[in-house]
Amino acid sequence: MTSLAHETIHATAHEHPADVPLAIHDLTVAYQRKPVLWDIDLNIPEGKLVALVGPNGAGKSTLLKACLGLIPLTSGKVLFYGQPLRKQRRQVAYVPQRESVDWDFPISALDVVTMGTYSQIGWLRPVRTKHRELARQALEQVGIADLAERQISQLSGGQQQRVFLARALVQEARFYLMDEPFAAVDAATEVAIVSLLKTLQTNGKTALVVHHDLATVTQYFDWVILLNSRIVASGPTQTVFTADNLRKTYGGNLSLLAEAGHALSQLGRPLS
Amino acid sequence: MSVRPHRILPVISLSLLALVLLPVEVAAATAATWIDSLWRVLSLQDYNTRLVVFSTTLLGMASGWVGTFLLLRKRALMGDALSHACLPGIGIAFLIMVALGGSGKALAGLLTGASISGLLGVAAILIIRRTTTIKDDAAMGIILSVFFGLGIVILGMVQELPGASAAGLESFIYGKTASMVQQDFNLLVALSVLSGIACLLLTKEFTLLCFDEAYGRSMGWPIGKLDMLMLALVAAVTVVGLQAVGLILIIAFLIIPAAAARFWTENLVRMLLLAGGIGAISGWLGSSISALAPRLPAGAIIVLVTAFIFILSMLFGIRRGVLPRTVAALRLKRKIGRQHLLRAIYELQECTSVADGSAKFNSRITFASLCKHRHWTPKAVHRLIRKAKKEDHIENFDGIHLQLSEAGYGEASRITRNHRLWERFLIEHADIAANHVDRDADSVEHILSPDMVRELEQQLKSSATPSSPHPTGGKH
Repeated sequence: MTSLAHETIHATAHEHPADVPLAIHDLTVAYQRKPVLWDIDLNIPEGKLVALVGPNGAGKSTLLKACLGLIPLTSGKVLFYGQPLRKQRRQVAYVPQRESVDWDFPISALDVVTMGTYSQIGWLRPVRTKHRELARQALEQVGIADLAERQISQLSGGQQQRVFLARALVQEARFYLMDEPFAAVDAATEVAIVSLLKTLQTNGKTALVVHHDLATVTQYFDWVILLNSRIVASGPTQTVFTADNLRKTYGGNLSLLAEAGHALSQLGRPLS
Repeated sequence: MSVRPHRILPVISLSLLALVLLPVEVAAATAATWIDSLWRVLSLQDYNTRLVVFSTTLLGMASGWVGTFLLLRKRALMGDALSHACLPGIGIAFLIMVALGGSGKALAGLLTGASISGLLGVAAILIIRRTTTIKDDAAMGIILSVFFGLGIVILGMVQELPGASAAGLESFIYGKTASMVQQDFNLLVALSVLSGIACLLLTKEFTLLCFDEAYGRSMGWPIGKLDMLMLALVAAVTVVGLQAVGLILIIAFLIIPAAAARFWTENLVRMLLLAGGIGAISGWLGSSISALAPRLPAGAIIVLVTAFIFILSMLFGIRRGVLPRTVAALRLKRKIGRQHLLRAIYELQECTSVADGSAKFNSRITFASLCKHRHWTPKAVHRLIRKAKKEDHIENFDGIHLQLSEAGYGEASRITRNHRLWERFLIEHADIAANHVDRDADSVEHILSPDMVRELEQQLKSSATPSSPHPTGGKH
C-alpha cells in the first residue's frame, strides 16, 4: 500500500505536469479475465488533434471509456492535466458513439445539447433561458441551429452526430474525447466536423478522436495513436503513420481498400 | 385530425365500462339509480369511498410521472418484478406485528415490509446479473416468480395461525376498494405526493439517466445513486397502489399511462404531464366504478380503464397514433399520384411540341398516350383524372382527349421543373447515373419545400425549367 501511495506522489510531481491533457500509466482493462487493453502507456500533448486508430475490437472505445471511468480498470491510472478525472471533470468533454443512445427518445435537439450545461446548473435546479441560449449557440457552431426544435429521431445521422458534438462544445472543456464522430456521416457533416476540430485546435483545445478511415488520418490529424490491445505506436502523424506500423497494427487484416487508401494519402492526394 | 379525442375520453370510457358492468353487478337496480350512485362516487360525495377514490386518483398521477421515467429507462419488467417481490414482505410484516402483540394489520407496517422485500427482490436481480452469466430477463423472471411463490406460501401459513386473523391480506394481490381510515389515507397521500414531487424536481437528472447514462457519468453525475433513487420511487408508488390496485396489476398503472402519453407528444415534459393526467383519470374512474362493483377486483377494473385510454391514444394520438400516420401516408400517396399525372401530361405535351417543332403550349393529348407514357392501367388513370378534375387541374376530358386547365398547367410546369432540378442536382452533385436518377428524384421531389427549391436553383444557377437529362417520350 505504502509503495503504491509513494508511486502516485512521485508520478504526479514529476511525470505528469498540469499541461499534459491526458497521461495514461500502465493501464490494463479486462472483460471477464480476458484483457482488452494491455499495459497502455500514453501521453497526449496539449493542442493536438489526435487520431486513435486500430482494427475492430482493438479496444479504441474501451480506452476512451476507461479514461472516463465508465468501466472499471484492472490496473493503472489516468490523469487529466496532472490530476485524476474527478478533479478535472469540467475540463473534459465526452462525445459517445451515436449508436449508444435511443434516438426515439422524446426530446428535441436543443434539449439534448442543453444536457451539456447540467453540471453548471447543478442539482434540482431547472434549466433556464440562458442555458438554452448557450445550447443554441453551440448548435449554430455546428451549423444546425435551424433544427433546434426538432425531435431527435427526425434528424439525419450526420445531424445527430452534430447534436452530440454541440453538447460537448457547450461544456466548454479543454479536452475532448470523441468516439467515432465520423462514422456513417454525410460529406457535409464530415466537412463541418473537420472545421470544428480545427477551430478547437486554434483555440488551444485538445481532441482525442477514435477514427477508422485510414485515408483521411494524415489530412485531419497531426498526432496518431495506433492501437491493437496494446499501443503499437504513438506520435506525430508524419513519423508514426507508416505502412510498417499499420501492418503491425492491423496484422494480416489490413484490407486492400484500407491499404490503397493509405497509399493514396501518402501520395498527397486526398480522397474526396 | 382536428378532433381532440382526449377531451371526450372520460365520457366514452365511462359509458363503455358502465355498459359492461351494468348487467353483471346491478341487475336489480335500474340504470338511473346506478348512474346516480356512480355520480355520487365520482364526485366524492359518498363518504365510504371518498378517501379511496381520492387517494387512487393521486396515486394515478404519481405513477404516471414515475412510470414515464421507468418506461424511458426501459425498466418496465424491473418494476413488475419489484411489485411481485412485495408479497412475502406483507406476510412477514404481519407475523412480526402479531408477535409484537398488535393486530398485525397496521397499513404502515405492512407497506414497510412490502417495500423492503420488493427492494430485496431488485437487489437479488442485480446480484444475479453481476455474478452470473444469466441475462436480465431470465433473472427477473426467476426473482418475480420465486418471491411471489414465497409470498403465497407465507400468506397461506399465516391464515392457519391460531389467534390471529389474517383475513384480508390476500386483497393486496388483486386490489380492493375497501373503505379506508383517515390515518391510512394520510399515509398513502403523503407517499404519492412525495414521490410525485421528487420525480418533477429530478426531471433534469432523470432525463440524463434515461437518455445517456454514459455521458452523464462522464460529467460526474452519480448515475448509480440516481438509478437507486428511481427504483425507490417505483417502490413507493407500488406500495401505495398495493391496496387499491394490487401487486399483480400495479405495473400497468406505472407503464400504460406513460405509453399512452407517448402517442400524443415528442416532448418529455408534456409526456410527463399527460401521463400524470391519464393516470389520474384512470385512478379516479377505475376506483369509482370498482366501488360500485365490490365483488370484482379493483385492480382489474382500474387497469381496464387505463387500457381503454391507451387504445384510444394508440389510434388517435396526434404524434404517433395509427390513424394520423395512416392519414398522412394516404395524403402523401395521393399527392404523389397527382404530381405524377400532371408531370406525365406536361411531358407528353413537350414531346408533341418537339415533334411539331412548335413552341410548348397546353395542347390536347390522348388518354391512350397517357396510359402508355407511364405504363399505367386505364383504370388507374381514370382514378387519377377524376381526382385531378375535382381540383380543377384538368378540363375537356371526353374519354379520349384531355387538356390541363390553366391552374393545372401552371402546377404541372412547376412540378416538372422541381423534378428536373432535383435530377440535375443528383447528377451534378451526388454523382448518380442519369438512367437511375428519375427514380431517385421521384421519391424526393414530392417533399421539396420552397426553401429547398430556392437552394437547388442557386446551386444549379438555373431558374428556367431545364430539359430532362433522360428521354421522356414513349417509355424509357
